[in-house]
Amino acid sequence: MWQFFHKLGSPKWFYGIAGRFMPWLLGLGLVLSLAGIVWGLAFAPQDYLQGNSYRIIFIHVPTAFLAQSVYMMMAVAGVITLVWKMKLADVFVRAAAPVGAILTVLALFTGAVWGKPTWGTWWIWDARLTSMLILLFLYLGIIGLSHAYSDEKTAARAVAVLTVVGVVNIPIIKYSVNWWNTLHQPATFKLTEKPTMVPEMWVPLLLAVLGTYLLFGWVSLYRMQTEVLRRERRTRWVKDVIAAGGGSQLKSGGA
Amino acid sequence: MNPARKRKLTIVLFLLAGVAVAVGLTTYAFRQNINLFYDPSQIAGGEAPVNVRIRAGGMVEEGSVARDPDSLKVQFRVTDYSSSVTVHYEGILPDLFAEGQGVVATGQLNENREFVASEVLAKHDEQYMPPEVSEALERSAARAREEGREMPEY
Repeated sequence: MWQFFHKLGSPKWFYGIAGRFMPWLLGLGLVLSLAGIVWGLAFAPQDYLQGNSYRIIFIHVPTAFLAQSVYMMMAVAGVITLVWKMKLADVFVRAAAPVGAILTVLALFTGAVWGKPTWGTWWIWDARLTSMLILLFLYLGIIGLSHAYSDEKTAARAVAVLTVVGVVNIPIIKYSVNWWNTLHQPATFKLTEKPTMVPEMWVPLLLAVLGTYLLFGWVSLYRMQTEVLRRERRTRWVKDVIAAGGGSQLKSGGA
Repeated sequence: MNPARKRKLTIVLFLLAGVAVAVGLTTYAFRQNINLFYDPSQIAGGEAPVNVRIRAGGMVEEGSVARDPDSLKVQFRVTDYSSSVTVHYEGILPDLFAEGQGVVATGQLNENREFVASEVLAKHDEQYMPPEVSEALERSAARAREEGREMPEY
């Protein structure tokens, strides 16, 4: 365990190991999310009240779930940056932030598209929707701040502090529907109880969520590899990777 | 862990705890502003201001919806199963509006403590099920009523 942690200090080792994992993440992620989304959109039964419009959950729930999950991962990486000064943790935060921002935009957009026919409005300033919008601004702030300093170490520390402080928003998003009166409904799934949904609905949803996780893993490793190459551009091994092109021993897992 | 890292970790944890307490107290102080709507008990208890634009929310009481045959005027009662408030509205209701379903209405309380709404939104609950399951549930509920049994809550 500790050995793995120490090895992550070597950019070259990370580049190689990431390249080995990435094809699996991409392949499995595509299979699972396509299976979940096609099953959910085309074959799962209709809802008794909403008819077909409920099917947007097969996109909305995975993106909203990941948007929060990615932020949690970034906050853990932020603590690692602040305490252990591990460069790779900062590389992860920079790589993941734009992905998280896009997931949040997708969650807000699909929610609005669903809200119009179901609630009768695109947007309402209730606690869940507003805290999710704050999450988007946090992501945008992190992206902006990470480009605001020319010194890498200063940028890493500033970004890590902002990421860690922003994590208080995550429980607010999660529990907003329980703590306050909101238009958004409470969670359908709880960790401690078995789902009240029929399996034909929750199994495709679960597949889509798992697939989105794996695809996030792939895209973040890909972006981390690129950032590692940029930071290490003056070193011997990067010059070797580039000279060898696709024939290098160190594989990029990019498509 | 070496002492320098331990110190940094402690600082980070204190920072996080401090921010959490600050945000917690702020949201607690603003809870009435964060709440999207007043529920019928709050309105009955006099917590909601009169003649001020507010939102009221709850379930549409069974058998309370009365439509005016010549216009879009509609009247219904919103309940939280302990108190209820009468809502007057003129306009098109959302598709999901039905007796026993949740709604959030925007409007004003008049002097008679009745709610005059300018907008009615449907509130969806966390239940999703295929139509067959919903029909089966209704059938078994009807059977249970005939036999005088209690139905489990879904």
